[in-house]
Amino acid sequence: MSGVLNPRPAESDVLALAEDWVSQGRSVALATVIETWGSAPRPVGSHLIVDANGRFEGSVSGGCVEGAVVQEAIDVIGVGAPRMLDFGVADETAWRVGLSCGGRIRIYVEKVG
Amino acid sequence: MDLATLHALNETRRGRQAAILVTDLDSGAVRLVRETDQLDDEPLAAHLAERFRTGRSGTVDVEGGGALFLTVSLPPPRLVVIGAVHISQALAPMARIAGFDVTIIDPRTAFATTERFPDVALLPQWPEEAFETIALDPFTALAALTHDPKIDDFALSAALSADCFYVGALGSRKTHAKRLDRLQALGLPGEVTARIRAPIGLAIGAQSPAEIAVSILAEIVGALRTRGTDTLLSR
Repeated sequence: MSGVLNPRPAESDVLALAEDWVSQGRSVALATVIETWGSAPRPVGSHLIVDANGRFEGSVSGGCVEGAVVQEAIDVIGVGAPRMLDFGVADETAWRVGLSCGGRIRIYVEKVG
Repeated sequence: MDLATLHALNETRRGRQAAILVTDLDSGAVRLVRETDQLDDEPLAAHLAERFRTGRSGTVDVEGGGALFLTVSLPPPRLVVIGAVHISQALAPMARIAGFDVTIIDPRTAFATTERFPDVALLPQWPEEAFETIALDPFTALAALTHDPKIDDFALSAALSADCFYVGALGSRKTHAKRLDRLQALGLPGEVTARIRAPIGLAIGAQSPAEIAVSILAEIVGALRTRGTDTLLSR
């Protein structure tokens, strides 16, 4: 007999993992998609977690801006204060990090703990 | 976010409870609101209720400036099907594609075989026994499809008691009238048994087992998306 519940990778797993990481003594930042405009690959409420060494799990853009978010998250872990990030075609940074889908996203990054 | 709030949020998820994390985007302060919390003095009550229903996270502007972000956390919806019957063979894969965790329960081992149900959780047990493994809750839909009162009746009454968001039963109006008599004789009040959707499924003129499965799944999705409101889809 197979398990009663099918395995479903979900946002909850990322949040559970964030707690695990903290309990292992790692410093963790949580990035959350706050708003999207136009075509954006991940819905509002999607999470990415990052540790001080830049290891990450989850996704806020399906890969387009994760690299930049991870850098900012490492900063947030050091500084402590949360930060709002905007990526989009109107923003030069977006070209650089490559939000090729043409959408815009706003991401909130906060330290956990 | 402080660790205590993250821990509380993860606990509600593990317990299959709905919760909303409210984050003040200016100060960074967070608080957790559970669906079971008393919301009488809650300034965001209307926003929270709407978001518990739709499951959508998003921003709420605060009067006088500032913004709050509401991260909605709903348990993944489940579908429990009573009866490893022909309709269930179509309903199980369709429901899984639509995002439901599906479990089939049928004590008749000739029906409940992995050959007939390859990729689905299958409990070849009476519902009385199976419900010890799989707890019914408000994010569970139950469809009773065996036509056999010995199997369906207990499952239906358990689903109503657990406040499942959808309770449906296969059978004609005549069959259902007799079923209501039996359930009421068991002590379930009429206003509770009125929640059973029967004859099961939206009225789309379904004929084949697969078409009936479509009509049942559509009705379940409708119930999920109108959860917590008085809206009953017209039949």
